[in-house]
Amino acid sequence: MRILIVEDDLEAAAYLAKGLRESGYAVDHVADGKEALYRIAAETHDAMVVDRMLPGVDGLTIVKTMRAAGNKTPVLILSALGDVDDRVKGLRAGGDDYLTKPYAFSELQARLEALLRRGGGEAAETVLRVADLELDLVSRTASRSGRPIDLKPKEFLLLEYLMRHAGHVVTRTMLLENVWDYSFDPQTNVIDVHISRLRHKIDRDFDKPLLHTIRGAGYTIRDPR
Amino acid sequence: MSLFGASVLLLLGFIYHSTAGFMERQTDETINAEIRGLTEQYAQLGLTGLVRAIETRVARDKNGGALYLLTDWKFSPVAGNLKEWPEFSSTQDGWVDLVLQEADGEVVSSRFKYFSLPGNYHLLVGRNVAERNTVEDLIMDALVWGLVITVAMGGLGALLMTRGMLGRLDVINRASREIMQGDLTQRIPAKGAGDEFDQLTANLNAMLDRIVGLMDGVRQVSDNIAHDLRGPLNRIRGRLELSLRGHEDTNGLRPVLERTIADIDEVLAAFHAILTISQAEAGSRREEFSDLDLAVLARDVAELYEPLAEEKDIRLNVDLTPGLTVPGNRHLLSQALANLLDNAIKYTPEGGEVGVTLTRGDSGPELAVYDTGPGVPVEHRAAVLKRFFRMESSRNTPGSGLGLSLVAAVAKLHAAGLTLEDRSPGLRVLLSFHA
Repeated sequence: MRILIVEDDLEAAAYLAKGLRESGYAVDHVADGKEALYRIAAETHDAMVVDRMLPGVDGLTIVKTMRAAGNKTPVLILSALGDVDDRVKGLRAGGDDYLTKPYAFSELQARLEALLRRGGGEAAETVLRVADLELDLVSRTASRSGRPIDLKPKEFLLLEYLMRHAGHVVTRTMLLENVWDYSFDPQTNVIDVHISRLRHKIDRDFDKPLLHTIRGAGYTIRDPR
Repeated sequence: MSLFGASVLLLLGFIYHSTAGFMERQTDETINAEIRGLTEQYAQLGLTGLVRAIETRVARDKNGGALYLLTDWKFSPVAGNLKEWPEFSSTQDGWVDLVLQEADGEVVSSRFKYFSLPGNYHLLVGRNVAERNTVEDLIMDALVWGLVITVAMGGLGALLMTRGMLGRLDVINRASREIMQGDLTQRIPAKGAGDEFDQLTANLNAMLDRIVGLMDGVRQVSDNIAHDLRGPLNRIRGRLELSLRGHEDTNGLRPVLERTIADIDEVLAAFHAILTISQAEAGSRREEFSDLDLAVLARDVAELYEPLAEEKDIRLNVDLTPGLTVPGNRHLLSQALANLLDNAIKYTPEGGEVGVTLTRGDSGPELAVYDTGPGVPVEHRAAVLKRFFRMESSRNTPGSGLGLSLVAAVAKLHAAGLTLEDRSPGLRVLLSFHA
């Protein structure tokens, strides 16, 4: 997997590159917008991390330009502006996800992985499965080992999001953004309580837990095998 | 007013003194001069000389203004143009004002002086003062009318002026009260007359400018700190995070690093809150408003917090009137409501009650969050809305002290009123929209 980082803050870029390399990615880095456009035209990457504020050509213009040229590489936009509505602008310009600086590396990594998998083709599945846990997206029902699980609408969405990213870490912020559509962090960690409720429903009566908490990062649902 | 009256009276008195008084003094001087002349005649030429002198003067006086009478010891007329010696009680200085009858029968108002001459003759010299009296009366009338008109005009003027002044003071007072209660960006209107009131207005407005400037300065400083420190903090966080990854924890440093990262996250969250508040306060996000169904918005936030309340064995009552919409920013309003619910649940003891209500108020939708916690004392209600304020009693509860100030900024952005009410026990925070 090859990632292009477009970021003018050299130290931040160095940490990001180091972290991604340690996680097994190949990383390219450019520090200005024009050079980024050349690299994007000349090479293929599996995903890109693009800072919004860049010398020369800014991040949103880069994304717009490459999308206009038919380039569908997933892009995660980074921004120092903590504005909710900038997020909307970023996504509208063709970005696939938007992350505000400062960010936790684990947050960026989780989002990048979600983007990379999405690029792998999201078939129109009607049933999601993780081990013996089943989620029927048409009838909106869940069951484990054939035993039905009673879920509230938000719990269904929460489980759906976790199962779509099965085997990967999902952060609290990702859940807030995608399940609740909120781009703020509540003062108290309400997500933890929702997760523990959900865990109670899907794992309580079974030996092998499926829903796990990843310390300092978020949650994951995975097949124990 | 009394000063004005006194000075008008003084002025009129002076006018009277220097006109009517002058005429009186001149009359008296003329009479005195004549008496001096006649006494001289008598002393030099004796009785015949005096009689001739009187007759000459009577003949010469064509206006008939001069009055003379010389009598013998029995008061029988010897010479002069008066019919007879008048009856009057003697006065100390010899001056008498009296109506006399002339020799030809004409009756005249007069002022005269009388005295006795050696040889037991009596002499009376006077002046017809009818004309002078008329003039004096005219002057007096004019002065009295002048006084009446002056006082009336002065009074009216004073009344109008006072009313004008009080009116303008009232405008200034009302405007400054309104400004103090809420919007510091407003200014007191000037009348443009360039007078002292406009100067006062300009000074008050300058003071407001200064206050706003200072407040902006303080805000700017905290914004700048928040903005500028995010970079280095971000790098520190990155460094710590990377050093945690994939290394053997040989020195037992992992928990220390994890706690440090958690602390940095807290600081970053506070900075983020400061910047969000500033953006909301700046009001620039009003352009991106869309119509929000408040019941849907409140239900979603309540749903987010419902498990948290349940975990603390708090009953969460949600009572929302459907179909109420306001133009607004969904993220910010949701965050404000989330902060209110967060606080309500945080401060309500186990087994208590927290509620979200949406009702149709007189002026627009009213969104309220109440709890059965300790409440906020009246003296702290304004302060809890300010940045970083935390009551002494809540020092030990986690939180940045920015939650309610964000709510206040969001309320202001949506032109909604924000009130904290006592619910004994507990607190009710009311957001009243104007739709």
